[in-house]
Amino acid sequence: MAADEPAIVVDDLCVVRGGREVLHGLRFSIPAGQIVLLLGPSGGGKSTLIRAVVGVQEHVTGRCDVLGLPAGHADLRDRIGYVTQATAVYPDLTVRENLRYFAAVVGAPHDDVDRVLAQVDLRDEAGRLVHSLSGGQHHRVSLAVALLGTPELLVLDEPTVGLDPVLRRNLWRLFHDLAAGGVTLLVSSHVMDEASECDRLLLLRDGSLLADDTEAGLLARTGTSDVGDAFLHLVDEHDGGGPGDG
Amino acid sequence: MTGRRWRPLVATARRVLAQLRHDPRTIGLLLVAPLVLIGLLAWILSGSPGVFDLWGAVLVGIFPLIVMFIVTSVATLRERTGGTLERLMAMPMHRVDFLGGYALAFGFAATVQAVVVSLVTFGVFGLDVAGPVPAVLVVAVLDALLGTSLGLFVSAFARTEFQAVQFFPALMLPQLLLCGLIAPTDTLPPPLEAVSKVLPLTYAVDAMQQLTRQPTMTATIWRDLVVLVAFILAALVAGAATLRRRTP
Repeated sequence: MAADEPAIVVDDLCVVRGGREVLHGLRFSIPAGQIVLLLGPSGGGKSTLIRAVVGVQEHVTGRCDVLGLPAGHADLRDRIGYVTQATAVYPDLTVRENLRYFAAVVGAPHDDVDRVLAQVDLRDEAGRLVHSLSGGQHHRVSLAVALLGTPELLVLDEPTVGLDPVLRRNLWRLFHDLAAGGVTLLVSSHVMDEASECDRLLLLRDGSLLADDTEAGLLARTGTSDVGDAFLHLVDEHDGGGPGDG
Repeated sequence: MTGRRWRPLVATARRVLAQLRHDPRTIGLLLVAPLVLIGLLAWILSGSPGVFDLWGAVLVGIFPLIVMFIVTSVATLRERTGGTLERLMAMPMHRVDFLGGYALAFGFAATVQAVVVSLVTFGVFGLDVAGPVPAVLVVAVLDALLGTSLGLFVSAFARTEFQAVQFFPALMLPQLLLCGLIAPTDTLPPPLEAVSKVLPLTYAVDAMQQLTRQPTMTATIWRDLVVLVAFILAALVAGAATLRRRTP
């Protein structure tokens, strides 16, 4: 893949779930090496979009290219790290046993386990059973699995939910370090104040993109001072009634 | 390259066994429960000489089948509901690796179970069969693999663990009634006899009943073994078809 080629290109992407269209012709592209925050209320289609990018979503139409290949291509499976909202690790195994197993599946070298344990700061918990960990530690095990094999693209569905502020800050530091090393990150969240950590924002509501912009660009365009207000402004604009329009 | 090709399959088998190892109570139940029940049966029939010899071998085969069916269907369902199956399907893992890993791990557990149960049943409870004892072991292991492959398949049709457990009475009890255990299959009404001929348990039980009576491996026993292997493979292929990379 050429260095200047976008990591993700989406054009006219539609997804049907349960006979109902839940994503309506999305169009955006994500440059390689950037951190892009996918923001929006729950039920707005964030997880569906993430699943389409990872290639596990059924009934997808339109273009969805990832690292130069159609989403879901077999050659992408060891190049993408994916964290679902479900923690998706084995609670009845130790942290290290989980990581060793997934390392074998993605074909990562054995010493990768220690590297990712350090990255998510779980070295002291390596020998503990996952079900005995706290919720935040549980999520970090899941993130550690996604970091195995040094993927070029990380797709993280609400990775910071339920984490305390210190852990959240540490995770964002890790994400910046990864991006500095050339990794592209697509991170979903419904916490608007995480916008300042990212290069670009995608605002998704009811299956449509309200904005695809930098934080500064979004604030300037809407004449607001924080992303939450900007989001409300765009919702009103989109629904046809501007503020004061009744 | 071949070592690398099978790394996910072998890792899956080791992971499933590691999960079992962390669950000593399940291991205990897998080994002790069949022994207690077969011992109870031997005791019940101790006043009727020869009757235990007719039933013992069949039970040695049926236990691994039932236990592995339940254990496998619940374990696979947990992969589906816990999100680990979706994660694995997004990774460079073939469906064969997933199913093969489970079959290998539970096949190993079932072999241990079958060997322990057989040794105690023959050695302590004094079961006496006409046929070769290793053949009884082979049938017990095949029965366990059949339970594993059927469990992998049906887990696709369950949404909850309650439903998965209910597949045992729904799918296995009718087979237990029709397999020749209650009444010989050739004495069944013709429609039921026809049904019994397409059910895998019929061949599993027939093989064990033949081994209790026949001193050598007859053509019927070999046929039963071939049919069992065919059912195991068919259930694994059907199970593979239920593992989807893309889900709604």
